[in-house]
Amino acid sequence: MNDMRHMERAVRVDTTKIAARDVQVFYGDTHAIKNVSVDIPDKTVTAFIGPSGCGKSTFLRCLNRMNDTISTARVEGHIEIDGEDIYDRRVDPVQLRAKVGMVFQKPNPFPKSIYDNVAYGPRIHGLARDRADLDGIVEKALRRAALWEEVKDRLSAAGTGLSGGQQQRLCIARAVATSPEILLMDEPCSALDPIATDQVENLIHELRENYSVVIVTHSMSQASRVSQKTAYFHLGELVEYGETGQIFTNPQDMRTENYITGRIG
Amino acid sequence: MQVSFVLLFLAAIGTLAFVFARHRAIASVDGDARRLHSLPTYYGLNGLIVSLVPALALLIGWMLLQPLFLERAIRGDLSRAALREGTTMSLVVSDVRRVADGLESGLLAQDFTASDFAEATPAEVGAMLMQGGTALGAPLTQPVLDAAKDYRATSRTLRWIMGIAVLAVAVIGAAIAIHRSEGTFRARNVVEKGVLALLMASASIAILTTLGIVMSMLFETANFFSQYPFTRFFFNATWQPSFSGRGGASELGILPLLWGTLYISFIALIVAVPIGLFSAIYLSEYAGRAFRSVAKPAIEILAGIPTIVYGLFALITVGPLLRDAIASPLGLGNSASSVMTAGLVMGIMLIPFVSSLSDDIINAVPQAMRDGSLGLGATKSETIRQVIVPAALPGIVGAILLAASRAIGETMIVVLGAGAAARLDLNPFEAMTTVTVKIVSQLTGDTDFNSPETLVAFALGLTLFVITLGLNVLALFIVRKYREQYE
Ligand SMILES: Nc1ncnc2c1ncn2[C@@H]1O[C@H](COP(=O)(O)OP(=O)(O)O)[C@@H](O)[C@H]1O
Ligand SMILES: [Mg+2]
Repeated sequence: MNDMRHMERAVRVDTTKIAARDVQVFYGDTHAIKNVSVDIPDKTVTAFIGPSGCGKSTFLRCLNRMNDTISTARVEGHIEIDGEDIYDRRVDPVQLRAKVGMVFQKPNPFPKSIYDNVAYGPRIHGLARDRADLDGIVEKALRRAALWEEVKDRLSAAGTGLSGGQQQRLCIARAVATSPEILLMDEPCSALDPIATDQVENLIHELRENYSVVIVTHSMSQASRVSQKTAYFHLGELVEYGETGQIFTNPQDMRTENYITGRIG
Repeated sequence: MQVSFVLLFLAAIGTLAFVFARHRAIASVDGDARRLHSLPTYYGLNGLIVSLVPALALLIGWMLLQPLFLERAIRGDLSRAALREGTTMSLVVSDVRRVADGLESGLLAQDFTASDFAEATPAEVGAMLMQGGTALGAPLTQPVLDAAKDYRATSRTLRWIMGIAVLAVAVIGAAIAIHRSEGTFRARNVVEKGVLALLMASASIAILTTLGIVMSMLFETANFFSQYPFTRFFFNATWQPSFSGRGGASELGILPLLWGTLYISFIALIVAVPIGLFSAIYLSEYAGRAFRSVAKPAIEILAGIPTIVYGLFALITVGPLLRDAIASPLGLGNSASSVMTAGLVMGIMLIPFVSSLSDDIINAVPQAMRDGSLGLGATKSETIRQVIVPAALPGIVGAILLAASRAIGETMIVVLGAGAAARLDLNPFEAMTTVTVKIVSQLTGDTDFNSPETLVAFALGLTLFVITLGLNVLALFIVRKYREQYE
């Protein structure tokens, strides 16, 4: 079984989607990310793990420039997506975020109807030609998030009225609806029960077909279940990065090993 | 016995009860406070509560009821014979009370002694009272003087009985509390109940006062409608009170006043809502922390400016400016007082109400909403328009309704800005007036408190109260609904 997974991983060595070089992030005087360089391949699930406060979220938020919205945050270094520097002055962060979708730790549906939640991005970016087209986009996104069957009869009901797991899948549908190429997920299951977690994990498996997925998780078992690549962060540094199987069975760094075997974190 | 003495004694009894109850509790466990059910202080507090609360309740109840009782006694005393032409029973009763009070304070100030007035004639007593500063409406008569002496004597006796009864209750309470202060007694729970009762009493005072105000308004309004027809008040389009003496029937239709009130409030809201809302959005979403920390208090200072100052501003600056710049050139009127003047200035006054509340409400929209929207590639203003304002809308509506009820109740700006002419007109550069202004003008000056011209003030007040109450209830309802959204 494990061997087969390794086989699968070997086949899927793809082009690099995101290339980060010497990334530094400061919050005022706090040096939150130190010299991180990493290549994230396309159509793979990459997991960021590490003790809390080590900078996983911070680094994730560099990838769609969400750190721009924090006034104290300062990003240095070089990040390319598809060979294009996303911190270049000509890049519009707003456009970038349509291409790099994000799902947050706590489900955060807007206080609008389920339909309007999903249609939010397409409407803003003018992705639909007419109402029928928009209906199609919404349905496709909800299907992709494995939520369609549950909500198709109550699209006009409030998104906030769904259960936690459904809300999180709604947020995934919302992110998927703008047809991003990359999906960033910051601990998407930490507010969910095991059943909802399982649903979201299955979803991540399917999303890999079309997207490059980066997921922050504090659950090692989740990282080993859903990801092909794993990066271990420690105190703002990227300690180790490699095939998930290899990181979990044969870590190279003491700190990674300690974390994985439960001695720190 | 003076009430202040009673209170002094009560304080002493309470203190002793505290000390002894605490002491006895500790003694009952041989000085080992750990074996007590509650901390020693609770036993002391229990002593304090049990001795003082019933005593104070008795004191307050007694002081409320004694005047009623005495008044009935006087009414019984005074025969019809004591009534002269042109007076009423209640006037005589209040004369009696005044004479009795005058005698009492004269004695206290040692202007005269009790034997001085025991045998004096009414005229002499009247002169003595004059010296002490008590002015009487009519010359003192023998029956009134007798009744007053009676009143004084009874009231003294009652005061003594009251003092003794209250102190007795306190002593008994203290004794019971001290007796109960044993190690197993749950003093802490009793104190807890005492605290609860205190809090409930405070809450009910606030509610009861409001109820009292409403009841008195209702009473006077009913009085008004017994003298003036209901339908003419609500549906008559003229307001033309004629004061007694000048003759002629009054026209007391509320419509022109209500129109003025609503028109001015409407203009005020047109000014205040956009400015207040936009500044709230700027402050909460765009402004830096440093600017915000200066600007927010600065805007809130506007709310602290007395409305009379705004009124002066309307009268001296805005009114003439509007007249000279807009109204006269356009041929819309020559009045410096106008609906527009009052509305604009009132709008400025309302800005902080709208902006401060909206700012709080916008800040209460979770950061996750903003992140979610920005993360989908929305710009800041798209996020505000499509997520934050809709999410905060119920709260913002609540803020606007509260501002509206402020506007409806405002008086000073209207008097100085819009004048006092009751008029039903669409031209915003005409002088008009509001319900509140007319309430003031009907109650000031030489008025007879039993004519419809005066009593109409209560009907106006009650109408206003109902309107603002409705708005406030609506606002509360909306705000509460909004709160549930994020729970
Ligand atoms: N908005 C912020 N302002 C200041 N410091 C921050 C902010 N967000 C995160 N940090 C700091 O940056 C470090 C990394 O945080 P974070 O990326 O959230 O860690 P993780 O997601 O791995 O738990 C922490 O030390 C945290 O205190
Ligand atoms: Mg995090």
